[in-house]
Amino acid sequence: MTQAAFVRTEMVPEQAPPITSSGVIGWMRKNLFDGWMNSLLTVVSLVAVGALLYEILPWIFRSSWTAGSLNECREQIKEAYGPDASGACWAVIRERYAQLTFGFYPSELYWRPILAFILMLGAMAPVLFSNLPRKLLWFSGLYPFIAAWLLWGGSVWGPLSALAGFIIGFALLLAITPRFGAILGVIAAVLGPIIWWTLLSGTVIDVLDSIIPIALEPVKSRNFGGFMLSITIGVTGIVASLPIGIVLALGRQSDLLIVKSLCVGFIEFIRGVPLITLLFVASTLLNIFLPPGTDFDIIVRVMIMVTLFSAAYMAEVIRGGLAALPRGQYEAADALGLDYWKAQRLIIMPQALKISIPGIVGTFIGLFKDTTLVMIIGLMDPLGLSTAIRANQEWNGIVWELYGFIALVFWIFCFSMSRYSMYLERKLQTENH
Amino acid sequence: MKKTVFLGALAVTGLAAGAAAAGTLDDVKARGKLNCGVTTGLVGFAAPDANGVWEGFDVAVCRAVAAAIFGDPTAVEFIPTTGKTRFTALASGEVDMLARNTTWTFTRDVDLKFEFVGINYYDGQGFMVPKSLGVSSAKELDGATVCIQTGTTTELNLADFFRSNNMSYEPVPIETNAEAQQQFLAGACDVYTTDASGLAATRATFENPGDYVILPEIISKEPLGPLVRHGDNAWGDLVRWTLNALISAEELGITSANIDELRKGTNNPEINRILGTEGNLGEMLGLSADWAYNAIKAGGNYGELFEKNIGENTPIGLSRGLNAQWKDGGLIYSPPFR
Repeated sequence: MTQAAFVRTEMVPEQAPPITSSGVIGWMRKNLFDGWMNSLLTVVSLVAVGALLYEILPWIFRSSWTAGSLNECREQIKEAYGPDASGACWAVIRERYAQLTFGFYPSELYWRPILAFILMLGAMAPVLFSNLPRKLLWFSGLYPFIAAWLLWGGSVWGPLSALAGFIIGFALLLAITPRFGAILGVIAAVLGPIIWWTLLSGTVIDVLDSIIPIALEPVKSRNFGGFMLSITIGVTGIVASLPIGIVLALGRQSDLLIVKSLCVGFIEFIRGVPLITLLFVASTLLNIFLPPGTDFDIIVRVMIMVTLFSAAYMAEVIRGGLAALPRGQYEAADALGLDYWKAQRLIIMPQALKISIPGIVGTFIGLFKDTTLVMIIGLMDPLGLSTAIRANQEWNGIVWELYGFIALVFWIFCFSMSRYSMYLERKLQTENH
Repeated sequence: MKKTVFLGALAVTGLAAGAAAAGTLDDVKARGKLNCGVTTGLVGFAAPDANGVWEGFDVAVCRAVAAAIFGDPTAVEFIPTTGKTRFTALASGEVDMLARNTTWTFTRDVDLKFEFVGINYYDGQGFMVPKSLGVSSAKELDGATVCIQTGTTTELNLADFFRSNNMSYEPVPIETNAEAQQQFLAGACDVYTTDASGLAATRATFENPGDYVILPEIISKEPLGPLVRHGDNAWGDLVRWTLNALISAEELGITSANIDELRKGTNNPEINRILGTEGNLGEMLGLSADWAYNAIKAGGNYGELFEKNIGENTPIGLSRGLNAQWKDGGLIYSPPFR
């Protein structure tokens, strides 16, 4: 028996894939020129993008940064790039960036909002990234009081007594619950701080002020403006709406009739009303209800309205997450003998919130962008300031530069939020369903 | 902090209700600052500069009132109001007075319960067209597309004008002045209509102002002036006579340059009464004797304020026209200080 001569005895060595299906060319063939239809679309898109850039880029870069007025800008650009050139007048941004950032905040006190912003990053870090030491969360908890003191100034005892109210509430909860039951504990924890804030804290602040006066120069809310205003309102809304939203979502699923109807009524009412209407209520209607001369801070009013508004949306997003959990998870929690709060804390909420992350972040981004609506009630957010800047004879007629700059800053904030949510989703992915 | 402000505000509500019964002047004095409602920004009338200091023709009225009360033209808190919030801001007491180029109309005066204390600018609605359109009169605008701000009296005036002249037009509704400028420049409409002062300010910003003309017709009366709430006539008097002092100062030749000279005493008894060297007019208003001196000193007399903010040497370049003194053929006229 002879051996078949054409049977191979060894493997053919691996060869590199053909040049047409690897590397840059392969990637382009696969992704850009896969069939005549895709090739056509690619070419059309490239032409469109190219034409757009051809128009926009010269406008962006043939610009003036040093002029003192729009007409001066035009002259400088004509001088530099020929009589037909038209370019952006970024000089307005250079002159007004501080105003667009801080509004009418006194310039010698700019360090306070800047410090508050840096501390905010520090306070958010342990919340956002779980590999940081957990003790830092104490700072996150204290941050709202520090920020309020830095931004508004005044006596240090104001924020401290506000903080004391929360401590009193928590202490009452811990002291009363074991002896008299959960319901009385919660009632005491709510009533205690309210009594403290309304009746006692004013006197205590006065007394402490006279003994140890530590104070920053107070700054009126009216002087807040620009991105600082947007961030202040946005961050307060974001931070406060999540817990309120969770409570509302749980309340809506509750078996207790009154709790349930209150939550449903609140959510449906707020969601049924446009935010602008609520802002008008905050700015004008409340003024008429409250006695004349009442000085109820307009920005606090707006913050409350924005928070309530986004809390209602948040509640529905979280309810979606709760509804997506399999029934078995609730039953498993019951089978382990966990009580309601423990079940929520250890089993239900971690999963429901994880499912809701895209929706929650979507609501945050929407809320942050909605802060520009305060312009309608005369607050000087970046868009409101752009009107005010245009009202100067020097800058009247400038449109694209201001809106472009504001859009860019908003985009940076919203894009960061969006990227963080994707990071969080990847990190929490457990592949169990 | 936020909670304390909120709850604190609720707590003081009761106290404030009692305090509010006192006069506006007492409130302002106790506060140490005048709360003055202005626009969120209108060229020549009110705008913040790069340092956040408000400037403009309406702003100057606020500063004069503050100077009359406190002797300090910077003792003003400027509260920007939009067209939608201005009247509630005044009615609710958030501002003590409005100087926000607001047209004096019957319903605003009577139905909204405000008191217009005078007129600091006589405006009227006009039209601007590109020169290339070849139009020299508003009567030739039949069939034109018109850029018009929605929800303003200008919209109604425009409809009236075209109807009474048996002409048709196509409105292009826009929300803000900035939008109107862009639409008009882009050729989305043939005609832009708003108050004549606004047209002049807008035209001044164009790259080639010479390519556009403002038509001679003025189709409405827009008397703009500061206003206060009903119910505190003493306060209304104070604002009215501060404005009158600025106007009379121009008539009598009192300027910010020679006021110190004149204050030493003149042969003209009215000047002496205004500047407080004779009589007790200030006392009658509840102010010091040099109230009008301070008000005029703050930014100058009416004519100086006009020239500085909107006059012919500014980019807006408005001529005095109706806003000249009555002696020069205008309508600006102050009752005598006697």
